[in-house]
Amino acid sequence: MPENILSVKGLDISFRGNIGDVHVIRGVDLDLPKGKTVAIVGESGSGKSVAMKAVTGLLEDNAVINGGQILYRYNGNEYIDLLSLNEKEMRRKINGKHIGMVFQDPMTSLDPTMTIGKQLMEGMILHKSYSKSDAKERAVELLRTVGILEAEKRINNYPHQLSGGMRQRIVIAAALSSEPKVLICDEPTTALDVTVQATILNLIKDIQAKMNLSVIFITHDLGVVAKVADFVCVMYAGKIVERGTAEDIFYDPQHPYTWGLLLSMPSLETEEERLFSIPGSPPNLLYEPKGDAFAPRNEYAMAIDEKAAPPMFKISETHEVATWLLHPDAPKVEMPKELKYRIERAKAASL
Amino acid sequence: MTNEPLLKVKNLRQHFKISREFTVKAVNGVSFDIFPGETFGLVGESGSGKTTVGRSVIRLYDPTEGDIEFNGKNIAGNMDRSTRKMLRKDMQMIFQDPMSSLNPRKKIADIIGEGLKIHGFCESKTELEEKVAAILQKVGLLPEHGSRYPGQFSGGQRQRIGIARALVMNPKLIIADECISALDVSVQAQVVNLMKDIQEETKCAYLFIAHDLSMVKYISDKIGVLHKGYLVETGSTQEIFSNPRHPYTKNLLSAAPIANPRVEKQRKLLSYDSINADYEHDVIRQLSDTHFVLEPQGGN
Repeated sequence: MPENILSVKGLDISFRGNIGDVHVIRGVDLDLPKGKTVAIVGESGSGKSVAMKAVTGLLEDNAVINGGQILYRYNGNEYIDLLSLNEKEMRRKINGKHIGMVFQDPMTSLDPTMTIGKQLMEGMILHKSYSKSDAKERAVELLRTVGILEAEKRINNYPHQLSGGMRQRIVIAAALSSEPKVLICDEPTTALDVTVQATILNLIKDIQAKMNLSVIFITHDLGVVAKVADFVCVMYAGKIVERGTAEDIFYDPQHPYTWGLLLSMPSLETEEERLFSIPGSPPNLLYEPKGDAFAPRNEYAMAIDEKAAPPMFKISETHEVATWLLHPDAPKVEMPKELKYRIERAKAASL
Repeated sequence: MTNEPLLKVKNLRQHFKISREFTVKAVNGVSFDIFPGETFGLVGESGSGKTTVGRSVIRLYDPTEGDIEFNGKNIAGNMDRSTRKMLRKDMQMIFQDPMSSLNPRKKIADIIGEGLKIHGFCESKTELEEKVAAILQKVGLLPEHGSRYPGQFSGGQRQRIGIARALVMNPKLIIADECISALDVSVQAQVVNLMKDIQEETKCAYLFIAHDLSMVKYISDKIGVLHKGYLVETGSTQEIFSNPRHPYTKNLLSAAPIANPRVEKQRKLLSYDSINADYEHDVIRQLSDTHFVLEPQGGN
């Protein structure tokens, strides 16, 4: 197992609001091994984007960090806690140079009044002290890396002159321009067509292999997770409820929420009559959930779920799950039949 | 299933004139039938014209060419009063964005009841209120939600309101334009289940426009694949998914991610030169009763 380039420990964040504090991140631990891809999945509002914004120091002004550490392996063996850096230090030392970010909507992350060449060169001149002509040369090279034809001409285009897929390629090129070690992709393909999505995901994978990038991938699409992820973290109401390798999560899921997520997605193979849907909706984090936040939606909930939040139970070296169902005293609960059947079919399909 | 189609679209063209020299040819000769109680899924990439087809069918646009027959009446050209009335009652639409398709200043009950009021379906105020309350319950909301404003609901709930608004007119055909794309996976499942239940109960037909292939497969009886304004392939769900013929359909299917890491990591994207594709001279070939594919003249 490669060493971790980034590890988040006990991250706890709330947002200050008019009617009270919203406790959005309630203790998140996450490790990113060097050169690997970790996917974070969860419903909207589960806190996946907020956790990653904390890593890049891009949190809104009303966010309060209550505790935790974000350890980044800076130059070789020295770890620094990103939370101890101020905004200016983050911008100068870390963002772009070490940690690059790709957001969901390429139109809002590009400046409509600047040519794409200028936007690409900005980072290189700032972080890597390139001369203008060197930067331009590299910008053209980067555009070629991300698969844009006629890069010399495109460099003078404005974002609106490009299609959505092209724009997302530009954003990726910009994120790569200062040769970061970690790339955080926040739903990078959600706004794109499936065919474009497939090419962009392949592109990210190719570049990752070439540059030995470590990638954190935020998405709610389990198909995308299956394609890119080495490790998966399932997030619910500001906590990670299950983590493991992609194999652990897809072929041996243990948390009822993960079961629900996997089942609520129709697969191209199965043809059951009704889709499973997780009843209810995520809790309002304005009011601190008592016990296990998932309990009200969980058909397997037990009395203890109302009283205490479950700890992480370790199933294997890589697989950890936060549910009381795995406590030695708990009754044994099998995953839903339909899911079991699906997993068997999925395993059979891969042979 | 009855043998008379509810909606017959024949050779529909929808062009938009931008300037004297330039016309956007959004839809080019699209033909398909929808039978009562059936779901027709329309898939394609953005810009392929799938939304335009939906909007032309419900006559938000005036079709440039072609015939649209709904309920036995031609609705493509000028309609007489009774036809127009029938169309506006029997065909309803659910929009993609539940945030922008509901008037934020109107109460839910007024939004849902508006159609009933305009068409004069209710004798009295109490009858209207009863109907609205019943429909709210049917889509899984509470009658007291009627006095709230759209801003007080979550995305999934708003989409339910959109469905209630379409449903209250008791339509024969509902055009659902990407109505679940903006929702979370687990909420998508709730909304899709609701749509299926409603179909079973009221026997309405859906024109389900989407880009998510697995969801389209799940809900549709028949599927049409649209590319650059041409319907490149139509067939039953079975035919499209197990025996795709058109290279674009194959490309689309190979791009849809599967939640199975061992398979997904090995999968290759079938390439297709969609930029240079030109279907202008292609002809439709019939492969079975329901399976049609667009092919270059004289076969491959």
